[in-house]
Formats: sequence, C-alpha cells, structure tokens
Amino acid sequence: MRGLLRYLINNHVFLLFLFLEVVSLIFVFNFNKYQSVQYLNSSNRVAASVYNYFDSVVKYFELAKDNEILAKENARLKSQHSFLQNRPDSLGPEFVQHDTNYRYIPARIINNSVNKTLNYITLNKGSSDGVKPDMGIVSPTGIVGVVISVSESYSLGFSLLNSRWGPSGKLKKSGFFGPVEWSGADYREANLMEIPFHVHLAVGDTIVTSGHSSVFPEGLMIGTVKEFSQPEGESFYKIKIQLSTDFRSIHFVDIIDNLDREELQKLESLIENGATNN
Amino acid sequence: MFIGLVLTQVLILNHIQFSGFVNPYIYILFVLLLPLSTPRYAVLIFAFLMGISIDIFSNSLGIHSFATVFIGYIRPLVIRVISSREEDMSDYPGLMQNGIVWFLSYVSIMVLVHHTILFYLEVFTFANFFSTLMRVFFSSVFSIFAIVLSQLIVFRD
Repeated sequence: MRGLLRYLINNHVFLLFLFLEVVSLIFVFNFNKYQSVQYLNSSNRVAASVYNYFDSVVKYFELAKDNEILAKENARLKSQHSFLQNRPDSLGPEFVQHDTNYRYIPARIINNSVNKTLNYITLNKGSSDGVKPDMGIVSPTGIVGVVISVSESYSLGFSLLNSRWGPSGKLKKSGFFGPVEWSGADYREANLMEIPFHVHLAVGDTIVTSGHSSVFPEGLMIGTVKEFSQPEGESFYKIKIQLSTDFRSIHFVDIIDNLDREELQKLESLIENGATNN
Repeated sequence: MFIGLVLTQVLILNHIQFSGFVNPYIYILFVLLLPLSTPRYAVLIFAFLMGISIDIFSNSLGIHSFATVFIGYIRPLVIRVISSREEDMSDYPGLMQNGIVWFLSYVSIMVLVHHTILFYLEVFTFANFFSTLMRVFFSSVFSIFAIVLSQLIVFRD
C-alpha cells in the first residue's frame, strides 16, 4: 500500500498528464452526441456574447455588401409576389397546393469559419426565439446549414462545410436526388453523390434541396454543377457542385421552422418501429 | 495574458484565410512562456485550461486541449535537449533571455508537435495523409512566424 502511494507521488506529473489527455479524448469522442455537451460549445453565454460583441463592431464594415444582398432578395420576392398575385383565382381551391408549413426566423451569424475540416456557425437567436435543434439555416443565396445546439439566446449549427453533415440534394431538371457532401478542401465546392450514369447532366445544372427531410422545404438553392465525370468501374457520377452561397460573406440568415415536424417525426418513428417489429 | 491570447486567437487568427486551409495558432505561446520554475503539474493544468478555452470558442471540444497538454508535458524534455549549457539558462524562456537561435528552435519544435497532433486529431484519419501534412507544415510556418514576430514587437528594448 505504501509502495503504491509512493509510486503515485513520484509519478504524479505523468499521471496528471494521462488523466488530462484521457479527459480530452473523452470530449473528442463525445462531442458528436451533440446534446450532451451543450454548454461547452460556442453557443454558451460567455463565448457567444464575446462573439456577439465583436460582431456588433465588425458588422459595420460589411454594411454595403449586406445591403446589396438584401436588396436583391427583396427584388426577387417582389417579383414572386406580383407573379402570385396575378395568378387567376378562378382555378379554385383544389389547385392550391397545401404543402408543409414553414415559419422563418431571421438571425444574424455572429461566428463562422470556412477553413477547418469541421466548420460551425453561431447564430444570435436561441430557444427564447423559438429555435430548436434540427432546424435548417438558409441565406438569401442558398442553404447554409442546420442547427445542432441551442442555448437561451444563441444557437450553434453545422455549416454545410462540415463533413459530418450533408443535406439531400436533387437535380432540378431531372429530379434525381442524392446526398451532398463537402469535399473538405474548398469552401466554394461540394460533391453530389449517388447520381447514376443514365441521368443526363450538363455543366450549369441547378441543384436544389430535395425536401425529403423535415429540415429544408423542397426547392431551396444549393448550387450548380461545376464539372462531372464518370469514374471507371463505378456506377455513379462524380459531380462537383459550385455552391451558390458564399460562406465567407454571409451575415443574415433565416432559420426554418417546420411546423409539421413533430407530426412527421411521429409518423416516421411509427413506421420504423413497425418495421423492426415484423 | 491568458484572456488576451484567447481573444486574439478566436477573434482574429481563426479568421485568417490563406489559400483556404492555413490557420496559425499562437495561443500556445502561453504554455511556451511559463517560467521554467513553474511546477510541472501546474504547467499541465494551465495547458489544459488554455486548450479547453480555445476548444469552447471553436467548437472542437477536446482537440486543442489534447494537443496543448501534450506539449505542456514534453516542454521540459525539449528544453533539456536544445539547451547546451543548462546553468546559463534564465528562468524565463523568452526570446530576449535566450537568444534568437535557441528561441526559434524551441518554438519550432513545440509548434510542429502541437500542429501535427492537432490536425491529425481533427480529421481523425490518415487517409489524406499528405494533404493533412501540408496543412501541418504551412500552418506551422505561419504560427512560428507569428509567435516570433509577437515577441519582437512586445519585448523590444
């Protein structure tokens, strides 16, 4: 017993070293189970308010560009509005599309990165504004990411530039869909996977969200086909997407709240459970 | 100094973009500059606190603390290896106290070890071994440059 004690005292530095390294590794491996370490990411109060304060100073330098982007979106919405207004109402209610209901929560990005292999974004809206995990984040120019962790007035999300998360994209022209994955190198590019060879492709084809998950509604812009090839011995195209969102210059985004999410999830879990019971 | 380095790192240096994937990390300066008489367990604890602070800000929980604790542990070893006359060593391992050559090799070794662990732990694979190695190399060069520069600016006579 005394020998053991002496051994511990003599090696306390090494043991402390081991202990701290093990704690670090436990953190590394548990961070993905994102709910468990909610308070140790940048949506916690101290870190987020530092970012928020810094951003409130820096944002003035970007005002001109932000204005331009918002004006563009305004123009786009106006034209859409007038188009919808001019639609004949005589079609009757049976032609009105009752799609899933979405609510948009405007937010500002207070921290963002594009140069890591795993990029995250911090937003200045939290649970008190109705933000919940698994809501989509979208900018005027295209989709941005998904919320993973929420504190009272801030939230943290996976950016599209994060290899741990990818939305489901589809070719607008042909309707074929597949997962979109970031390549990990360039913040302007991503890959569209699992598109079979018989699909007709052209450079410049638009890729939009497929609407197969409850995160994004259908038809939000992701990007355009930049280049594609048919690797030998495989059955899927290798497609490079030029992302429509410039992740270095986004500031204002909307968080998408799917009002039917709970119902959808209940239904889906019902089916899954049913499948395992059989 | 602790708070200053954390803020510099997360607010300015984490946003530096150079050819897309270079990111200098100078917060380890805190661990590098602890006086040599600091007890080793204290160095480890300081290193851990520093690492975890950076982790919280950059959402990479555990990665920075692992790498920083590691260099905190090997610090006395590195110092012993690169110092030829140990009796002449000043207590403070700075640039002015020990000369440019000594400081440069000290910083280079520590930064290289730190960045190697950091980047490989971050991607957690040896699949893109060489592209990660490139990132380690270029980020290290920038970090070393930034650290030496900061010492020249802060501690000039």
